[in-house]
Amino acid sequence: MIRAAFLALLSHWLRHPLQLVTLAVGLALATGLWSAVQAINSEARASYKQAEEQLAGLAGARLGPMEGSISLEQFARLRRAGWQVTPVLTGNVNFGDQAFDIMGIDLLGHPLSAALITEQGAPDLTALTPPGLLFAHPDTAARLTLLPDSPPLRAVEDVPRDLLIADLSLAGRLLNQSHQISYMQLLPTQRSGLQPLAELVPELRLDASGDAADTARLTESFHLNLTAFGLLSFAVGLFIVQGGIALSLEQRRAMLRTLRGLGLSLRLIVLLIAAELMAIGILSALLGLAGGYLVAAALLPDVSATLSGLYGAQIERGLELRPSWVLSGLGMALAGVFVAGAQTLYEVSRMPLLAAPASQARGQHVRRSYRLLAIAGVALLMLGAVILLVSEGLLGGFAFLSALMLGAALLLPQLITLLLSLAQRFTRGPFAGWLLADTRAQLPGMSLALMALLLALAANIGVTTMVSSFRLTFTAWLDQRLAAELYVTVRNDHQGAALQDWLAARDIPALPVRRADLRYEGLPLRVYGVVDHATYRDHWPLLDAKSDAWDRMFRHGAAMINEQMARRHGLKPGDDVALQSGWRAEVVGIYSDFGNPDAQAIVALPTLLAQIPGVPNRQFGLRVPEEEILPVSKAIRDAFDLPADAITDQRTIKMRSLAIFERTFVITAALNLLTLGVAGFAMLSSLLTLWAQRLPQLAPVWAMGLTRRQLAATELLRSLLLAAMTALLALPLGLALAWALLAVINVAAFGWKLPMYLFPADWLQLFLLALLAAALSAALPTWRLSRLDPADLLKVFANER
Amino acid sequence: MVLSIRNVTKTYPGQDPTSAVLRGVSLELAAGRTLALTGESGSGKSTLLHLAGALDLFDTGEITVAGTALSSLSDRERAALRRTKVSLVFQQFNLIPSLSVERNVALHAQLGERWDPKWGAEVMDRLGLADLRSRFPDQLSGGQQQRVAIARALALRPTLLLADEPTGNLDESSSAKVMALMLELVRDSGTALFLVTHSRSIASMLDQQLHLHHGRIE
Repeated sequence: MIRAAFLALLSHWLRHPLQLVTLAVGLALATGLWSAVQAINSEARASYKQAEEQLAGLAGARLGPMEGSISLEQFARLRRAGWQVTPVLTGNVNFGDQAFDIMGIDLLGHPLSAALITEQGAPDLTALTPPGLLFAHPDTAARLTLLPDSPPLRAVEDVPRDLLIADLSLAGRLLNQSHQISYMQLLPTQRSGLQPLAELVPELRLDASGDAADTARLTESFHLNLTAFGLLSFAVGLFIVQGGIALSLEQRRAMLRTLRGLGLSLRLIVLLIAAELMAIGILSALLGLAGGYLVAAALLPDVSATLSGLYGAQIERGLELRPSWVLSGLGMALAGVFVAGAQTLYEVSRMPLLAAPASQARGQHVRRSYRLLAIAGVALLMLGAVILLVSEGLLGGFAFLSALMLGAALLLPQLITLLLSLAQRFTRGPFAGWLLADTRAQLPGMSLALMALLLALAANIGVTTMVSSFRLTFTAWLDQRLAAELYVTVRNDHQGAALQDWLAARDIPALPVRRADLRYEGLPLRVYGVVDHATYRDHWPLLDAKSDAWDRMFRHGAAMINEQMARRHGLKPGDDVALQSGWRAEVVGIYSDFGNPDAQAIVALPTLLAQIPGVPNRQFGLRVPEEEILPVSKAIRDAFDLPADAITDQRTIKMRSLAIFERTFVITAALNLLTLGVAGFAMLSSLLTLWAQRLPQLAPVWAMGLTRRQLAATELLRSLLLAAMTALLALPLGLALAWALLAVINVAAFGWKLPMYLFPADWLQLFLLALLAAALSAALPTWRLSRLDPADLLKVFANER
Repeated sequence: MVLSIRNVTKTYPGQDPTSAVLRGVSLELAAGRTLALTGESGSGKSTLLHLAGALDLFDTGEITVAGTALSSLSDRERAALRRTKVSLVFQQFNLIPSLSVERNVALHAQLGERWDPKWGAEVMDRLGLADLRSRFPDQLSGGQQQRVAIARALALRPTLLLADEPTGNLDESSSAKVMALMLELVRDSGTALFLVTHSRSIASMLDQQLHLHHGRIE
């Protein structure tokens, strides 16, 4: 009995294969994009984990200073109390024009030391005796151009890329921070009963995580962004699925009644439909997982570029089939098909045995449901506003975005109905009147696809506005920050001093780029020392400052900090900030600093040198007239025997920065386009599935004298009309989304707020794209209608009873 | 008795009880016999048929089908009764559009686990459907579709066949032919037939005729 009933239900799909294909492809697309995003996320996370493992426990708990560095006295206090700690000094060193992170460790006491200095089981002490030894990953070692006075280098597989490891004393010499400790690593084995750290060293702060976890923390917002995009695509795909399932019920309503009449219980019918949904879900999930794998493999290089550009995080692995995202994709597909099919299952479970077949004469019901949807939409929008007011952070921001998008989607059918009614009021002529009335009659079948289109278009407008605003701001910021025409990196401080003399003799203004890497409240802080020059006063991109900020900085030891530091620590002009132990400075200005995840400050160069003497003096920005750029570059290169890449002109740096910027948003653009594609497919599937229901509505108009060609043209016109209305309504939603991304999500995710610019040309382009998508999705039904056999139209009358 | 209806009343929800659709209807139908019920539109004919087919619930009285009192049955038991003992033929055919003729015919008997391919083939053969086995309902004329619906009902070898205006969509000539075939098969299989119709000529082809007027048998 069950087999016969199940086969009868499934026979519907054999007679409507296109419907099954659209349903399965819709779910597969939704699952595919979701799985692709999850695959990318898992790969990136696996990569961070690998990096963490390479650090062999370095990423464990650590004790860091609240400000400045740790003193030897604090280290000794901990050791005397029995705590197993090992000192670490971190910073950034330059070799030529290449900068590397360096980590100085105690090569005899640090967990990594065994892997670094033991060769075939025998201790190798060359790293402990002058001139010392640098350890680097073979890839990093291949890129590193050592200077003649640099210590020797050894390639070791276990060292993460772009990181140099050295003995504490060598790292101290290279960083000009001898006898300083950035933090202390707590070793895994500790005796019990030790005096608590909070009592012993209350001035130090215990961080449970280290560098790798920092990367994970920093990149989490990016992965959350990707997940949000994956969810959006999934939701858009579910609209197709929901539409497909609802239509299959509509078309099988009579069949279900007959089956009940033939003695099948309602419970069994509901179970069989659930089994059918499960089968479709599994089939689509497999398709979607395969597609998701391909999409993820295609996007992974771009994601890698994005992560590297934004956070310096690397994905060094190829794509792998991981149970986590495979199971998540399968689960989402099944959950999705049941969420999309819930209403259908509910309707079937409540379907009376002797109900009249469904008809289009359900206008009142439709109108009521639109009103209810609109009320729910307004309620969601209000909820979103409340969430925005009361919550902070990324999750609050995404909750607001979800409420905004879903609320607007629920409002759409009512808004389109209102627009159509309004248009009808001003329409003269029977044809236009019929077209608008018929469009309203089509709306129930099209509303889900239009909601999907609305979400995709709004996401497109929002994300494009965000990226373009970011690009404009970033370009202007680059112009401000890269005011010098030439940037020179010399080999050592001695050569730096010689270059300064050489430039002074030729009256070429030089702006030294000198910096020290410190920690502020346990997090990295880079402090630049700058000379008093009009370049800074005229160009530095200040967001907020005291009126005499520059004078106070250059004359009274004040500091300016970047936006990230200000937001993260709640600092504002007028506050005092402890840059390191014994060094407090008044904050007199806050500047924008895009693309930098860490805190940064600038102070007058004499102030920096007074606090940290011996800060490297190897980089300079030169102010030279445009026509002097080439001759000056050549003269410096010749005079100091510098390689070609030691001198870079401003234009090249800007080009590189903009290239990184563009690569950063490739993944967003790709997901944007894919989501729009899914929405286009939703429209196509709606129009194709509505096709069968169209004939009874079109045949009477045909009988009244409209040609098939005219009918086909009206089909196209109707799709364009609905798409145009949706695109118009998507504009305010997209702009609201852009505002939320710029003012809420960016601040929470990256620590900087961006101004919003409007790009009407982009909107026009997107509007035309929406019309194109509508025209393409209506093309097949239109073509079929224009070539329809009159006998098919006549059948409508022949079957009328 | 295959069908026994005793003093049955039926009022639809929201309807004034004084204007009930059925007001104490009683009738009986023995095995192998045929009964026609005529009446004007709205007289309650189809409602009575639906009640006899365990498709709907009555307010008072009792209906017994093949010895089973319907008032005490659960929804699942009513479904089981329809699956195994009662067949229905409607004016609208109610075929499954996505199943071929052959599978439509087999469906009810398969659901009731009483499918006999030999008997099924014979029914199709006698109803002139042998050459149409692999066609789908939308490829058939109205008369052919109704013959498929009758074949489906009879392939079960039901105890009771209920037919609601089975030839209402057919012209006079086709109608007479289809009725003749149905009656022949009904008699050969020993099934009891309870048929509702407007047509006095169709009614006259059956063993017994009753007329329903304003919810009462006259």
